[in-house]
Amino acid sequence: MNKLIEVEQVSFAYEPGMNVLNQLSIAFAPGVTAVLGENGAGKTTLMKLLKGLLKPTAGRIKIGGRDTRQYSAAEIARHVGMIFQNPDEQIFKSSVLDEVMFGPLQIGQSPAEAKERALAALAALDLSDVEKENPYDLSYAARKRIGIASILAMNPEAIIFDEPTIAQDQQGLRRIGQIMSELKAEGKTVIAILHDMEFAARYCERIVLLARGGVIADGPPALVFANDDWLRQAGVKAPGLVRLGQALQLSQTTVTVEQFSQAFRTEKLRAD
Amino acid sequence: MIRMQQFTYRYSEMARPALEGINLVIEPGECIGLLGSNGAGKTTLCYAIMGLIPHFFQGDLTGEVRVNNQPVAKMDLAAMSRQVGMVLQNAANQLSGTKMTVEEEIAFGLENFAIAQEEMRERVDWALEILGIAGIRKRNPYQLSGGQLQRVAIASVLVLKPQILLLDEPTSQLDPKGTEEVYQVLRQLRKEGITILLAEHKVEMLAQCCTRLIVLNEGKIMADASPHAVLGHPSLPDWGVEAPVFTQAYQAVVQPHHGEKVPITLRETIERLNQYEQAYRG
Ligand SMILES: Nc1ncnc2c1ncn2[C@@H]1O[C@H](COP(=O)(O)OP(=O)(O)OP(=O)(O)O)[C@@H](O)[C@H]1O
Ligand SMILES: Nc1ncnc2c1ncn2[C@@H]1O[C@H](COP(=O)(O)OP(=O)(O)O)[C@@H](O)[C@H]1O
Ligand SMILES: [Mg+2]
Ligand SMILES: [Mg+2]
Repeated sequence: MNKLIEVEQVSFAYEPGMNVLNQLSIAFAPGVTAVLGENGAGKTTLMKLLKGLLKPTAGRIKIGGRDTRQYSAAEIARHVGMIFQNPDEQIFKSSVLDEVMFGPLQIGQSPAEAKERALAALAALDLSDVEKENPYDLSYAARKRIGIASILAMNPEAIIFDEPTIAQDQQGLRRIGQIMSELKAEGKTVIAILHDMEFAARYCERIVLLARGGVIADGPPALVFANDDWLRQAGVKAPGLVRLGQALQLSQTTVTVEQFSQAFRTEKLRAD
Repeated sequence: MIRMQQFTYRYSEMARPALEGINLVIEPGECIGLLGSNGAGKTTLCYAIMGLIPHFFQGDLTGEVRVNNQPVAKMDLAAMSRQVGMVLQNAANQLSGTKMTVEEEIAFGLENFAIAQEEMRERVDWALEILGIAGIRKRNPYQLSGGQLQRVAIASVLVLKPQILLLDEPTSQLDPKGTEEVYQVLRQLRKEGITILLAEHKVEMLAQCCTRLIVLNEGKIMADASPHAVLGHPSLPDWGVEAPVFTQAYQAVVQPHHGEKVPITLRETIERLNQYEQAYRG
């Protein structure tokens, strides 16, 4: 089956005449794509459109070649899962396990399957020991990871992470990055909205910049993060290592510490 | 001045203390970064200084917190709020729930401060301006993007101009430009003598802004020293904290010996790596 999510000339306004998105076109394929842009640029809005939570004012969105208008909400849920920026918009059950089982049950998994998937997802997010607790007795960071677990348990083809790194410590960041990489290896389409440029550079193979209601750049991290003009227009900043490399006049754009160190040695110390 | 003496606190539903044996003196005008993994006790420390512990949260408490030499446990929260302002980790919790525009929301806290209308307007304008939200002042605070809401939450505390400012992961949803702007404001406030305590995962920003860093781990203070000493400490990863990416890059290239002062900001790292290159060649 065609796995693409295609956005064709989509416009959207919350209030008539005030377009947040303007004839935006983009396609998402399997792999990990980061969507970056200023606060208020329309990133969350775009994702809510993909998920069918909002309807385009103009244009259309196709999942697997079929217009989303022909899908029911449950059908979309089987294809596209979305982890909300604010976990408190997503979580409403009084135990962590019930919360994570809710989605799978909704899309027709058997209780046994739902429980098995939920437990696996909780383990992947370091949440096994809080499965009986009330999510609202846990920290914001933990609720953010519960949001991720509940979508993983539904096992959709495409997963949207709206700012997954909020409030996470180093261990949480590594876990979430690892999960994205695993989803990619399974052939899933992963879309992550991020303000953490280091994380985007490390875990995403494609960077999309959103500004003025449209896509202003789309390419691999080394390309997009090397273009100051694009970054300025989208109000984002290159990752620290890219800025360091530029200041030291390295010819390569590096995004991990190992790559940087290697490039510095070869270019500056003429060693390998 | 803030003074915590042998402060230990356990939330009533928790088995172990969230903070244990905390001794801390914060002088006026210091800008302190608070680091640590999730659950380390950063938010709890802010609540204790703010007086939410013990006035709002139940639990077992020993030791004492004093703000400007007054025991927090004996002060009422309204009086506290004139001296100490706190930007909450979850911006949605900062909203009053009663105001329908951004500017009214930001003015809300000032209403109880008995200040002239004119000054109130000026302060609100200032807060809107420095947070880059003047353009959305008439909007409904419940219909904003996450980052816009976080800007409103910060503005609603800065507008009060508290002597002591506590910020709990204040830029977690801000874009890079917004983050820079908030830190710019904090540097300005520091120059004006405001005492700042910042719980934050963005070590690169703390390295540029703070005079002192404190690392918490499982409710205890692991380190309390200069940014260079803390961020260059070999045990930093064991405390669940990563050094700035610049420091890591320097360490990967140079493999500095134990105890060497490592660079922690972009500027320092550029300088040190240039020096290293010259020494290597010469
Ligand atoms: N329910 C709503 N009603 C009216 N306007 C809205 C609503 N939700 C969002 N907006 C506006 O739409 C624009 C885009 O918001 P969106 O949430 O998509 O931004 P974003 O790129 O996700 O920003 P952030 O990085 O801050 O999360 C903003 O100007 C926002 O204020
Ligand atoms: N309201 C609360 N009730 C019970 N336990 C809490 C509450 N808030 C925090 N805790 C617990 O206190 C410890 C410290 O948490 P916190 O101060 O939020 O850490 P941090 O801000 O560093 O992530 C954690 O074990 C956490 O689960
Ligand atoms: Mg958003
Ligand atoms: Mg916290």
